[in-house]
Amino acid sequence: MTTALRRYPVLIALCLAALFMVVPFLVVAVNAVKSPAEYSRHGPLSLPRGLYLDGLKDFWQRVDFGRKLVNSVLISGSVAVLAAVLSVLNAYAVGIGRIRGRTWVLAFFVLANVLPQEALVYPVYYLSKQVGLYDTRLSVIIVFTVIQAAFGTYLLSSVLGRFPREIIEAARIDGANAWQVLWRIVVPVSRPTLGVLLVFFFIWTWNEFLLPLVMLISNDNQTVSVALGVLQGQRLMDATMTNAAALLGVLPAIVFFLVFQRTLTRGIAVGAVK
Amino acid sequence: MTVTVEEGARGTRTAGGRPAPAPPRGTRTSYALFLLPGALAFLAVVIVPFLMNTGVSLTDWQGVGAPRWTGLANYRRLLEDGEFWASFRHSLFMVVAMAAVPTLAGLVLAAALFDFVGKHFGDRLAAFLRACFYLPQVLPIAVAGIVWSWILAPEGGSLNALLEAVGLSSWQQDWLGDPDIALYSVMGVMVWVQLGFPLVIFMAGLQRVDPQLYEAAELDGAGWWRRFRHVTLPQIRPEIAVVLTWCTIAALKVFGAVYVLTKGGPGGATDVPSYFSFTTFFEKTQVGYGAAISTVLTVIILVLALAGLRLQTRAEDAEEGGRA
Repeated sequence: MTTALRRYPVLIALCLAALFMVVPFLVVAVNAVKSPAEYSRHGPLSLPRGLYLDGLKDFWQRVDFGRKLVNSVLISGSVAVLAAVLSVLNAYAVGIGRIRGRTWVLAFFVLANVLPQEALVYPVYYLSKQVGLYDTRLSVIIVFTVIQAAFGTYLLSSVLGRFPREIIEAARIDGANAWQVLWRIVVPVSRPTLGVLLVFFFIWTWNEFLLPLVMLISNDNQTVSVALGVLQGQRLMDATMTNAAALLGVLPAIVFFLVFQRTLTRGIAVGAVK
Repeated sequence: MTVTVEEGARGTRTAGGRPAPAPPRGTRTSYALFLLPGALAFLAVVIVPFLMNTGVSLTDWQGVGAPRWTGLANYRRLLEDGEFWASFRHSLFMVVAMAAVPTLAGLVLAAALFDFVGKHFGDRLAAFLRACFYLPQVLPIAVAGIVWSWILAPEGGSLNALLEAVGLSSWQQDWLGDPDIALYSVMGVMVWVQLGFPLVIFMAGLQRVDPQLYEAAELDGAGWWRRFRHVTLPQIRPEIAVVLTWCTIAALKVFGAVYVLTKGGPGGATDVPSYFSFTTFFEKTQVGYGAAISTVLTVIILVLALAGLRLQTRAEDAEEGGRA
């Protein structure tokens, strides 16, 4: 009895803390479905008296949100796949090929991974203008493929470093060349890790802000993050519109979160403790 | 499926130092070919831009025409620029909000969820609470900024409305518009954003701690605090090192949150190096000076990353030594 009495306050405190983390999401959802009149009469804390979806619709049309979603999916999806391929190629040389100087190669990828984008952004902006890639989605795809692959190489190299060598040697004896070993044996066996990487790359790229903000200036090319960030920065939105923006920005993240919850929370542990 | 990954990730730390037999010489060169696309891509996207940026930091350049060589003039100017020093001072506040506080809170929460909720109320509840804390981490920072700048708005903002509803109108503030408060408001938002990361890492770390250690400590009559102090903390030292390093680096890089929440204002009260270099590049178009700011930031981050890697290796060695 005494222990039970001591247990519940702690649990309640933890639940309250968890609630505090989630409340901003709830407040946004509640206010995104209120009409402006209702909002100004009852303020942000009242429960909605009905479902008012015009605010969301207006916002969707005004910023051409569908287009932004397509851009984000296209960019994040391409980056996830391309960066995974690049990571596999790099990690194959480092982890399985054990090329000379691999420690240095790895150290380089680690440093490239922590490098602040501020130190790259102006030259990338300038060079992409020179080669005609400025304000194209391709430019962002190229840059993030490389940046994400720095992390992927680092993680995959250590995973592949412990790849059972007997399997590879057996395949080599059977006459498979390095290329065939990679695609027929190493990649299929490493699928779980590659899955985690794809999810990470997708979400990280989806959430990127600085480089897409600089590189994608025309409305037609902007990602969800950039479009919303720029709108907010202009301070032109009223309360209903802000909430519509926030809700539409939050929803994809919640979807990813639910779909990838297991992969994400476990995968993050993989990334942290190499 | 994920189990395989975890196993793998765990194995490295013990197997890391032991090299497997190397393939014969000829094949090594053919393996090096696989690095070629990656090497070229890195050259174009990371190395060349980085060297250019460093080079430009030694010049006076508006982004058009030929850069004019000025040597270290930009760096001398930095040392006397109050805005520069202020931005780095604000970085220290960000380190508190994004590394120190989340790590401490994450440790306590992870231990509470793992050792207390998991044990007495079931793993599912622990996992659910963990998910709640982690949720802000998947949110794009731009969106988190929109959510919070609306909650913290002086008029019609939920926080002020809430304060009024509970009779604390005198506590109402212009949370992001008052230069004395804005930095603390941004810090609060960053704690909210960052907390889930250490929590998830620490909980994963706790899962590999031998449960017998806890049982033994409990049998010896150790209370929650002593178990935390003498079992939990020493066991997850590598994770603590990783989290502190990553979060400190993330804190130094903060850009999106400041851009969306305050644009560095009011009156530079929340300016950070990253935002400072961005405005210097693209608004003031003093490219040379912006490059100098970002170069200083890069050097600090690289030094921290190297120190963090060493800290992590030491913590792992210590942990393995302690286990053996």
